[in-house]
Amino acid sequence: MQIYLPIAELSLDLFVVTGLGGAVGLLSGAFGIGGGFLLTPLLIFLGVPAPVAVATGANQILATSVSGTLAHWRRGNVDFAMGGVLLGGGLVGSTLGVWAFSVLKGIGQVDPLVSLAYVVLLSVIGGLMLLESLRAMRKRSRAATGNRAKRHQHFWLHALPLKLRFRQSKLYISVIAPVVIGLVVGLLAALLGVGGGFILVPAMIYLLGMPTSVTVGTSLLYILVVAANVTFLQAYQNQSVDVVLAGLLVIGGVAGTEIGAWIGARLRGEQIRGLLALLALGVSAKLFLDLVETPIDPYSLAVLWKE
Amino acid sequence: MTRRSFSLSVALATLVHTATGPAAGQPLVADLSSHLVAITTGFAGTQVLLFGAIEEEGDVVVLVRGPGTDTVVRRKGRFWGLWVNRADVAFAGVPAFYAVASSRPLDQVAPPTVRARYQLGVDRLRLSPVDPAAAGDIGAFRDALIRQKQESRLFVAEVGKVSFLGQRLFRTPLDFPSNLPTGAYSVEVLLLRGGEVVAAQTTPLIVSKDGFSAEVYDFAHDHAAFYGLLAVVLGTVAGWLGGVLFRRA
Repeated sequence: MQIYLPIAELSLDLFVVTGLGGAVGLLSGAFGIGGGFLLTPLLIFLGVPAPVAVATGANQILATSVSGTLAHWRRGNVDFAMGGVLLGGGLVGSTLGVWAFSVLKGIGQVDPLVSLAYVVLLSVIGGLMLLESLRAMRKRSRAATGNRAKRHQHFWLHALPLKLRFRQSKLYISVIAPVVIGLVVGLLAALLGVGGGFILVPAMIYLLGMPTSVTVGTSLLYILVVAANVTFLQAYQNQSVDVVLAGLLVIGGVAGTEIGAWIGARLRGEQIRGLLALLALGVSAKLFLDLVETPIDPYSLAVLWKE
Repeated sequence: MTRRSFSLSVALATLVHTATGPAAGQPLVADLSSHLVAITTGFAGTQVLLFGAIEEEGDVVVLVRGPGTDTVVRRKGRFWGLWVNRADVAFAGVPAFYAVASSRPLDQVAPPTVRARYQLGVDRLRLSPVDPAAAGDIGAFRDALIRQKQESRLFVAEVGKVSFLGQRLFRTPLDFPSNLPTGAYSVEVLLLRGGEVVAAQTTPLIVSKDGFSAEVYDFAHDHAAFYGLLAVVLGTVAGWLGGVLFRRA
């Protein structure tokens, strides 16, 4: 059944769109990522114009992260204090990012730069996470009855001034690190047209030392607010948010998120991190191949002006 | 469907009457079953019927053209091992949509000069660069433009069939895809005899959004800030509602 999307200006099959939303929602619920890094390219593949795909993706990510945040909140896995501090930087970063994106686009060649940034970022993060989670899995099987390992390493990042207690995360650290992380992730998220959970979850685990169980819910809270900010800015500046498309994606996405959260609750921390690492490496490999392989069609069209 | 064929037969009867009546003298009369393509929520492409009559025997060619656009064609090249956009050519006046139908194969209907003059066939479209200085090796860019437009169904690759009912009445179905751009289209009907155009008629066709999709589009453009807020609220409520529903289930 075809349905016409008024802003994207084309018709798509109802079940394809809701199914896409469901698949992305599943990942979102299980791993605490927005799923924009998958959704945006897939929408473009279906024929949706790139600006509409990016902006509508933000709207869909908003909805799935609301239900994802609620699902994790009910399980007591959202650190609102940490989320608030991260967002202090995140809102500034994402607004700067939307602005920087349009500047870069004016200069040209933004697409390969963005792809390259993705490849570097995802392969570094994915590689580190995979190694760490494998080590954790081996340690668990070796010492099932050993004494409890230290929760996290303390280093200079945590010793900076302005210390605050984050009860949910069982941390007493400086707010400077989370504010800067929030800002950088927000900036990258807006530049790359994603929610940013991909970068945020590893940063929370490895840089801040938060327990994995809390990072997923807290990351979803952060994504929720950043996605709301990006949705509004895109709709206001570019009129590129398609609410009909977003609505269809959300119907599938909400169902997917709940199933994902259920799956996530049954996996151990290192398993979640290992799977997320594999996903990151897979996407990074795909983007890298797209950059270096001879394209099937080196030409592309863009309408500059219409009567 | 029955209503359409009924109105068509009435229209044809009128045409026959006019064509054979004493007031006749117009070599070519044609009209569309509808002058408006309304893009509604359920829009999945549509068909508009073109019908008409000619005074004396000849070939009929129908050209459908969408609004003109400036379209840029970019070509990727290798740069430090990576494939990036390295060259581009912008073409002026590229029709957003283009289709042609003919009573006989185009090369039998008119010689190359006439086909070029009236732009009969995708291969005869005049596609010139915005910047005349860029007119070096644009052949490959031109070919890529046509090929990609055909792949997205906005240039119809096949020449449609204009069929005759008897010797004077003709009809041809005009098919429009679901990704049809909005705007003012023109449908040009040409009557050719001996390879020359002896009569022509142009009929306008408007393609516009209608109903819910038109309201959403207008709202998004006229009240952008309010639309943005609404999108945020809708997203939040939908996510919350979904979460609550699934918790019950």
